[in-house]
Order: sequence, then structure tokens, then C-alpha cells
Amino acid sequence: MLRADGVSFTYRRHARRPGGSSRAGHDVLNDVALSVERGDFVGILGPNGSGKTTLLKLLGGVYQPTSGTVMLDNRPLAAWSRREIARRIAFVPQETNAPFDFTVLDIVLMGRFPHLGAFALEGPEDLAIARGALEETGTARFEARAFSTLSGGEKQRVVIAGALAQSPQLLLLDEPSASLDIGHQIEVQSLLRRLNADRGVTMVLSTHDLNLASALCRRLVLLRDGEVLGSGPTEEVLTPDGVRALYGVDAEVERHPRTGHLTVVPIGRG
Amino acid sequence: MFAVFSALLLGALVVAPVVGSTHISLARVFDRSIPFADNLDAQIFFIARLPRVVAAALVGGSLAASGVVFQALLRNPLATPDTLGVSSGAALGAMLAITFHFDVAVAGLPPIPLASFVGSLCALAVVYALATARRRGLSTTVLLLAGVTMTGFLSALTLFTQYLADFTDTFRTVRWLMGMLDVGSYVPILTVLPMLIAAFALFATLPRALDLISLGTDAAAARGVNVIRAERIALLSASLATGAAVSISGPISFIGLVVPHMVRLFVGSDHRLVLPASVLFGAVFLIGCDLVARTAFAPVELPVGIITAVVGGPFFLWLLMRSSTWE
Repeated sequence: MLRADGVSFTYRRHARRPGGSSRAGHDVLNDVALSVERGDFVGILGPNGSGKTTLLKLLGGVYQPTSGTVMLDNRPLAAWSRREIARRIAFVPQETNAPFDFTVLDIVLMGRFPHLGAFALEGPEDLAIARGALEETGTARFEARAFSTLSGGEKQRVVIAGALAQSPQLLLLDEPSASLDIGHQIEVQSLLRRLNADRGVTMVLSTHDLNLASALCRRLVLLRDGEVLGSGPTEEVLTPDGVRALYGVDAEVERHPRTGHLTVVPIGRG
Repeated sequence: MFAVFSALLLGALVVAPVVGSTHISLARVFDRSIPFADNLDAQIFFIARLPRVVAAALVGGSLAASGVVFQALLRNPLATPDTLGVSSGAALGAMLAITFHFDVAVAGLPPIPLASFVGSLCALAVVYALATARRRGLSTTVLLLAGVTMTGFLSALTLFTQYLADFTDTFRTVRWLMGMLDVGSYVPILTVLPMLIAAFALFATLPRALDLISLGTDAAAARGVNVIRAERIALLSASLATGAAVSISGPISFIGLVVPHMVRLFVGSDHRLVLPASVLFGAVFLIGCDLVARTAFAPVELPVGIITAVVGGPFFLWLLMRSSTWE
């Protein structure tokens, strides 16, 4: 469905760059290859500053690669219009803040943007889709609340609802649970698993949380310093060697008796 | 909601010209049985007072709309034509055009509004470049500090230019120091009308893109917004509207700040409502302020900028104290 071939990316000087530090001109991604099948659940795993966010934005067509191509349904992303891409791929940023007092419903309705004409207003059908997305993410009761008054976990779920209102086939999530406490993490995790299993939404998420990745993802891509160290089924990639290569940490990887997922326990700097 | 704002504006357009030092009767103004040449009330209404009221409406609406656009685009509730230095840039442009007698009309646009527009665009470019340099994204702090500094700097240049002007020109340039709406006839209004029409036509394409951009440019792009195009249209149209407004009246402060925030209290944050409602309410607000400026200390007329600042200054401070959605 989505395939990246030999994708490299360099931030130009003064260009807006996420992820801090002023390494202007450095390669953020170098010759990255990645492919996502329909219905897949892929995790992009890597330490801070490894280029995860940039890769997601390239996959969503938000940035254009410096070299290489990203293909959506066998057609280069650059050949699709912004709206066409947005009807198929939705992106959930790590954090969303609203400078004005939008209501939760306002935020979710904005997801209908790529489906509407330039001057069209949302109709009853769009409203139904937005309400459905609120229902699905368990945020229907916040509908009339001001977005800025919600907690981090609530905001995250509302933004996911906005992404669902785009009626996408593929969801890109940037660190979906990085700033959430474990209660909210579990909520977001089960939401994502349900969307993938029941609605068949293809998922690609970035994270540095190994246990989140092993609980959710069927396939992993290990990213370090903008290069792919390895990729494949979670069981094969998430090994003590893999963790050492990625983080320089000695870790034990065991199957947890109750969850059935691989569980990573860091032991020390290795 | 629009019916309310439209009715307010219509009411203001009819009532404001009636009030003034000479009493006139609205019934006589619209009495078609008296020929216009003999109808003194109608002459005062249409020739002496209405141009000023129409100028107030256009200037108020333009500055308010520019405020809305800057706030959404820069994701900052304090960004306005005044705080960004755009108004001062426009004023300096107009001042230079008068003092040094620019008389090139480009594409049918007369020199003073054109110079205003160029001034506003240049000021904006400098502030924007400073705020995006060496930082990831846009720095709010740098943006506002640069805007305030630019305003001071450009105002000094404007004053200096006035020193260079000869006496007859000085008389013509006072407007761009204080902000005044006594246009005298419909000519200055008609002169900038093409610029205003262009600006408002561009504004009409923006509201939904502004909603999405206010939540973050990358997120907006992912939702299907052509961010770069929307940003360019927004900066161009807001500079056009500010330039046109300032070339009529000089810089009138606080409209672009106060009006959008007042409007949001009533219509929420959806820019498809906020933008048109701000145009209508901005017009009403400036007509009202000008009415006070004309009548409060009659027969002395105050510059309307004094009234908008007296209302807007405290409002700005209140907003600073109250706001929690931005740091």
C-alpha cells in the first residue's frame, strides 16, 4: 500500500525542523526503505532524534524527500494532490495545542476538510461521521467542551477522532502515548488495536517505548541516526541484540506469561 | 448571527451621519420630494458626513480582518497589524510617498495606497524573518518583540520623514501620525477600493485553512491543506487590507486586536464565522469610536486613534492577564 524506496531527507538551513537541536544541513534520514501492507500494524522504533517523526511526515506527504520516492498504491506521493492523500492517510502528531477555544466537535469536524469542496460547509453526513469518530474513541461526552480544557490523554483521543473523521485507510501516529500516564496509555493502545482489527485501518506508529511496540505492532522497523538497522516481524526483530544495537542498552527480552507479548527489561548500559 | 452583525452595521451607517454639530433630520434626508440641491440635510448627510462614516466602516473592517488572519496564521492571539509593525510600515510608506512626491501608478493603483502596501509588506517580511531565523518554527516571543521594536523604529522614521517634508506637505501628513478619518470626499475611498476588493476576495478563500493552520502547519498539511499557498495568500491579503486601510486613515491602533477577540466571545473560534463577523463588527466598532471622537469634546474633534487606544489598551492588558492557551 505504502512503500518508501531509498528515501533520504536533509533539512535546509533555517527550515522548520522538529525534534530540537540545530543540526542544520545534516542528514536526518539516509536511504530508508520501508513497506507497509494493507491492514498492517507497523512500529518505527528508535531513540530520540533518530528521525522517526521525519519519516512519518515523509510517509504522509507532509515533507518531500530530498531523494528517493514514497509510493502510495504504486503511484509516487508527489503525483497525488494534498487532498487526495489526506482522504487516504491521516497523521496524528505527538501533541496538539489550540491557540483559540475550539470545541472538541470543531476539532473533529476539521478532519472532514479533504472531503469538502473549497466553500462547502459540513453536511449532516459529515456530522454523523464526526460523531461516529467521537463515539469510537470514547470522547463523545466531551463534544461541546473546549479542546484546550482537556487532559493530555483526552486531547490525544480527540485528535485521533479527528484523524478518523478523515475516513483514512492508513493512520500515522507520532509517539501516540509518549506524554500519557499508564492509564491513558492502555486506553490509547486498546483503541488503536480495535481500529486495526475491527475497521481494518492500517497503522504505522513511531515510538521509543519497546513494550508499547511489542504489545501493538506486528512488524517493526528499527531506526537509528536516520538509517534502518533492521526490520521484520516483531518476534524476530525485538531481541537483546536488536535493543543493544538501537539504544546501546543491555536488556532481557522475555514473553510475558499473562499478556503473551514480548517484554523488554533494560538491565544496564551494555 | 450574521443578521445581527449586518443589522448593527446598517444601523451604524444610517445613524452615525445624523449625529454631529449641526442637527439634521433623517426624515428630511430621505425625503425624495425635496430636490437634492435644495435639501441641506441630505447634503450634510451624503456629502459632509457619510464619506467619513463609510471610511470608518472600511478601515475598521479591513484592520479587524487583518487581525484575524495574522492571529490564526501566526498561531498567536496577540498578533495584529499593530503589534507586528505592519501598520507602522504602511504609515511610513504613505509618508514617504507624500513627502518625496512619488507619482508612479503601477497597474492602475495610485502611489499612496501602493506605498502603504509595500511598506506593510516590507515590515511584515522583516518581522517574520526575524521570528523564524535560528529557531525551529515560529518564535512567539521574538515575533512580538520584533513587532514592537519595528513599530517604534518605523514610527521614528515616519517622524523623521515629516521633518524633511516642506510645510504644505506636513499639513497633509499629520493623518499618518495620529490616525484620522476625515476623508473629505469619496475620492480617497474609491481610490483604494480595488485593493480592498482584491484583499477581501483573497480572504474569502482562507477561513477553513486558517482553522487547520492554527492547530499546527504540519497537522494542517496532513489534513489536506496546501499550507504554503494558504500562508502566502494570507500574508498578501492581510498586507493589502492593512495597506489600503492605513492609506485612508493612517494607523489606527487596537482594532485588529480588540475586534476579533470580542467577536470570538459571541461566535466561537470557527474562522468561517469569525472572519466575516469581524469585518462587520470592526466596521461598527470604528464607526462608534469615530462618533465619540467627533462628538465627545465638540466642537473639538479628537483623532479617532485616541478613542480606540483608550478602549483597546485596557482590553489588551485584560487579555494578557486572562489568557492561558498560549505561553
